Amino acid sequence: MSIDQQVNKVRIDPLSGVPTTGHEWDGIEELNTPLPRWWVWTFAATVVWSIAYCIVYPAWPLLHGATEGLLGWHSRTAVVQDIAALQETRAPILEKIKNAPIDTIEKNPELLLAARTVGRVAFLNNCAACHGAGAQGAKGYPNLNDDDWLWGGKLSDIRTTIEHGVRWDADKDTRSGTMPAFGRDGLLTPQQVSEVADWVRTMADLPDALAPEPAGEKLYNDNCAVCHGADGKGNQSVGAPNLFDAIWLYGSDKGAIVNRIMQGGGGVMPAWKGRLDDTTIKALTVYAHSLGGGQ
Amino acid sequence: MSNATHHAPPSGLQKLIETNSMMLVLGILLMVSVGGLVEIVPLFYLKNTIEKVDGVRPYTPLELAGFNIYVREGCYTCHSQMIRPLRDEVERYGHYSLAAESMYDHPFQWGSKRNGPDLARVGGKYSNDWQRDHLRDPRSVVPSSIMPGYPFLSKTLLNGEHLAEQMRVLRIVGVPYSDDQIDNAVADLAAQASSDDAGGPDVQKRYPNAVLGDVAGKTSVTEEDALIAYLQHLGVSVDFKLYDDKANIR
Repeated sequence: MSIDQQVNKVRIDPLSGVPTTGHEWDGIEELNTPLPRWWVWTFAATVVWSIAYCIVYPAWPLLHGATEGLLGWHSRTAVVQDIAALQETRAPILEKIKNAPIDTIEKNPELLLAARTVGRVAFLNNCAACHGAGAQGAKGYPNLNDDDWLWGGKLSDIRTTIEHGVRWDADKDTRSGTMPAFGRDGLLTPQQVSEVADWVRTMADLPDALAPEPAGEKLYNDNCAVCHGADGKGNQSVGAPNLFDAIWLYGSDKGAIVNRIMQGGGGVMPAWKGRLDDTTIKALTVYAHSLGGGQ
Repeated sequence: MSNATHHAPPSGLQKLIETNSMMLVLGILLMVSVGGLVEIVPLFYLKNTIEKVDGVRPYTPLELAGFNIYVREGCYTCHSQMIRPLRDEVERYGHYSLAAESMYDHPFQWGSKRNGPDLARVGGKYSNDWQRDHLRDPRSVVPSSIMPGYPFLSKTLLNGEHLAEQMRVLRIVGVPYSDDQIDNAVADLAAQASSDDAGGPDVQKRYPNAVLGDVAGKTSVTEEDALIAYLQHLGVSVDFKLYDDKANIR
């Protein structure tokens, strides 16, 4: 049988009563069931919709640009408008935070709640990766809930740290103060590093501290006291930690302390001025300050 | 079935196409090329897809090596680099991405899925220390993270022997590397990884705003160094205080 004959052979299928398309292969025939009416109408409606869409929204690329559509909609203007609308709904509360002197915010429960809410959102998006979702910190990243502050715990100190970062070279006003790499750069011999670490652990009254070599105390006074203080209480102007408050950013076992003396340096925090707006930084400052340890 | 008799056997064009596979193939090709013409060709001349933006420069050799590792490890399968012009994305990640910001990416890393966050503007958001901790053991800094660790990157020395060739190939496809940049690829690679290498200023002269490493006296460059240099460069090229949002609308 030729293809022509196959194609033109149309008959009603006796079982279903539906006509066949005339296509038949190896005795199997294709039914020509009509499309459901709802489907046909829906299809027609989508065609009409697409024509309307092409008229109202930007659609067809032409030689010098795309058709603009009657609404004049554009994704780049739409997002600017959406954000402006969002800012408008937030404006009443953001204005209050913006206009209030920073040291009065915590005294006003309404303002404090607002600042903490704004600050919390910004904190989770920007700060939590290092300081932890609960500001609990991690090894090398300070806990913000306690009252131990490397660079000062007053509102103005915290704001400066957030704005300019810590050891963030791209910001010329960044917090700077870098511990020398006493071991790596050969300022102290490995033996001396071990001795001064023992002395620090004794001074800090750590339970498993070894009886230190007397040389450790002299080494401490000659090399460390200038920043960490003869009393070991640290110095916030250069970010030198208090060594005797039982808070150890990098751990208190001898290996960790030796490692710090060997490598020197310190943590790095990005500068957020420019990345975040001033009101958000103000809210973040109040948030960090109000976590428990603000001074 | 009352309408059974309305269905005539196929004839004319339908018959021609359904009974002749070559005609069907030709018809499909015709349809697909219309789609291609309408959707792809305009991208080569529409203003907001080819806008020139100040500040975008080719990757430094170290960043380019990091880009290669980013591709090799399949970071794009979980991280996008495309902040869409939608309110929530701009709120979280920053200014929406511009086509020009990935103009020197071959292949581009826009991605299509976010198991992790978008990385288009991750540059400068975290310290190098954090990036190291996070790459080696993501859960040491983000307890809820589902990202695999990449501790081997810090133990693998970077193989930069083909970088100059790669830069030459990239130049063929339109990345404007100069002869000077290609000739100094290996030297720049090592110089950028260290914070105090004598060649550091040269790197920054050849590649404006290149950020040097934060470790002094580095004697070896690892794959981790390269990946972090790449990550720290993501999304920092354009100064959006100077960018005019309305200038390039269509």
